Amino acid sequence: MTSTTTRAIVSPRRRTRVPLSVASPAPRRGKLIANLVLAALGIVFVVPIAWIVFSAIDPAATVSISLPEAFTLDNFSAVLTYSQTILPLWNSALISFGTAALTVVVGVLAAYPLSRFRQRFQRGFLYGVLFGSCLPITALMVPVYAMFVQLKLLDSLVGVILFMSATSLPMAIWMLKNFMDSVPISLEEAAWVDGASAMRALGQIVLPLMRPGIGVVFIFVFTQAWGNFFVPFVLLFSAEKMPAAVAIFTFFGNHGAVAYGQLAAFAMLYSVPILVLYLVMQRITGSSFALAGGLKG
Amino acid sequence: MTTTSSRLPSAPHGAGGRRRTFRAISRSTPLVPALILLAIFLVGPMGFALWGSLTNAALTGYRAAKPQFIGLDNYAALFADADFWNSVVLTLVFVLFSAIIGQNVLGLAIAVLLRASSRIVSTIVSTLVVVAWVLPEIVAAFALYAFFSADGTLNSVLDGLGLGSVSWLIDYPMLSVILANIWRGTAFSMLVYNAALGEVPPEITEAAQIDGTNTVQRFFLVTLPMIRRSIATNLMLTTLQTLGTFGLIWVMTGGGPGTRSSTLPVLAYQEAFRFAQVGYGTAIAAVTIVLGAVFAAIYIKILKPEVES
Repeated sequence: MTSTTTRAIVSPRRRTRVPLSVASPAPRRGKLIANLVLAALGIVFVVPIAWIVFSAIDPAATVSISLPEAFTLDNFSAVLTYSQTILPLWNSALISFGTAALTVVVGVLAAYPLSRFRQRFQRGFLYGVLFGSCLPITALMVPVYAMFVQLKLLDSLVGVILFMSATSLPMAIWMLKNFMDSVPISLEEAAWVDGASAMRALGQIVLPLMRPGIGVVFIFVFTQAWGNFFVPFVLLFSAEKMPAAVAIFTFFGNHGAVAYGQLAAFAMLYSVPILVLYLVMQRITGSSFALAGGLKG
Repeated sequence: MTTTSSRLPSAPHGAGGRRRTFRAISRSTPLVPALILLAIFLVGPMGFALWGSLTNAALTGYRAAKPQFIGLDNYAALFADADFWNSVVLTLVFVLFSAIIGQNVLGLAIAVLLRASSRIVSTIVSTLVVVAWVLPEIVAAFALYAFFSADGTLNSVLDGLGLGSVSWLIDYPMLSVILANIWRGTAFSMLVYNAALGEVPPEITEAAQIDGTNTVQRFFLVTLPMIRRSIATNLMLTTLQTLGTFGLIWVMTGGGPGTRSSTLPVLAYQEAFRFAQVGYGTAIAAVTIVLGAVFAAIYIKILKPEVES
């Protein structure tokens, strides 16, 4: 059952259809009802998303959805200034890249002994890590703030990266261990016999074989960090360090006279990278389940 | 199981305890960076939560620099505070209705419908549901704020139907954030249940069909019991995810009006950073962590056989 995590889970596109008994009217009616109910749900789900898309290109966007009567890119050009959009997106990229890189490096190192050798403490450690991956991180923000005061890490991008890496590590270790478990150990045993060290076997044999898995974990952590609002909201103060999540909140957070078109344009600029990465990850795993990949652990 | 899994593979005969220990240590060194990061930045804050909740730490001034140990005073104050209990109830309501009932039931329903619908419909709808989930939290929160706000889409639609409008975020703040969280989080349950349903062998449902059961009976008597493990796992994960929800509520209602949608993370944030009572806020955080830990422990209990394998 260890392979559950990485198992490609069939998306609706690829599922095998159960051949139903001869063309009876019941399944066809069932299909019609299913289509109608799903279409209705689809409308409920699409409306808030469509509001963003329509408002972004609408010169007269309001808080309520409406088909734009004219098309404009003014909202985008209005927000595409260095301080309002480009710098926050750059900060988001820095934080997300730093977090994902650190998490993957540290996670791979940790996963290797967990996957390859059996130690006495291992089960306890894995339980502890699993436990850590379950805890609600938002509950930690007040104590983390208090701790960062003492460590003098407040308003530091490095501090944010370190904390975010620590919070994504438990999930990453589990996912990486599972990916690593699916690389046969016999390949390394040959290298060991030839005198290669464990680290060398990891770097030259295991890692190349689990590149897709590493890619998935990297993107997974990256997107989580990219979308994270609460951590930088609490730990960063300087405007020039704010990632997009916090910038969008501080620009538009007071719901007074909001330029909804600009808000939507900013939201799109901020969301599109994450959606693209999700698509990439889907390609890698061949499954729409990639982000929930750590489900079983 | 215990003995086999703790034994080192291929330990040479008569290698001696010391050599074995040495090898165990050297093999485990790659774990060290992870251990350091986890210890400082994850276990550390948890310890800080427990210690800080026993002090009168403030955000600024003298009590920020030199917090004093005040024992269980924060907890005594907390447990005597109506806002806290209000918050506990709101958190449980939020988790119960948005995660345990909303996301799970809707996610399962969509997963079932996806298998019964035509391919184009299922592709489009599942994509939309997933997009709602992949969007950054703050963007989803703004989109839903717009949807529920007084001049927002929902009221436009209700107006159009002649039903009159409601100030959703003011009059029904909890209902709004619960629906918002269902909108945002259902994709996870949908994906889990879609996967679980794909694992149910068709022979079994076919056999039940031959035995004369109808669709509803088959679903409740055959399919549901077969995916009960996924249900348990999913209930727990959605519960834990929802317990920590902050951004969605903060953007939509700010915890208000008053304290009418202040769940525990929101209350902890307000106490610590708005009213500068870091010690008190930390006590709230500690309670939330303990609550999460209880759920996590149950979850791990469910997963235990998989960890051992």
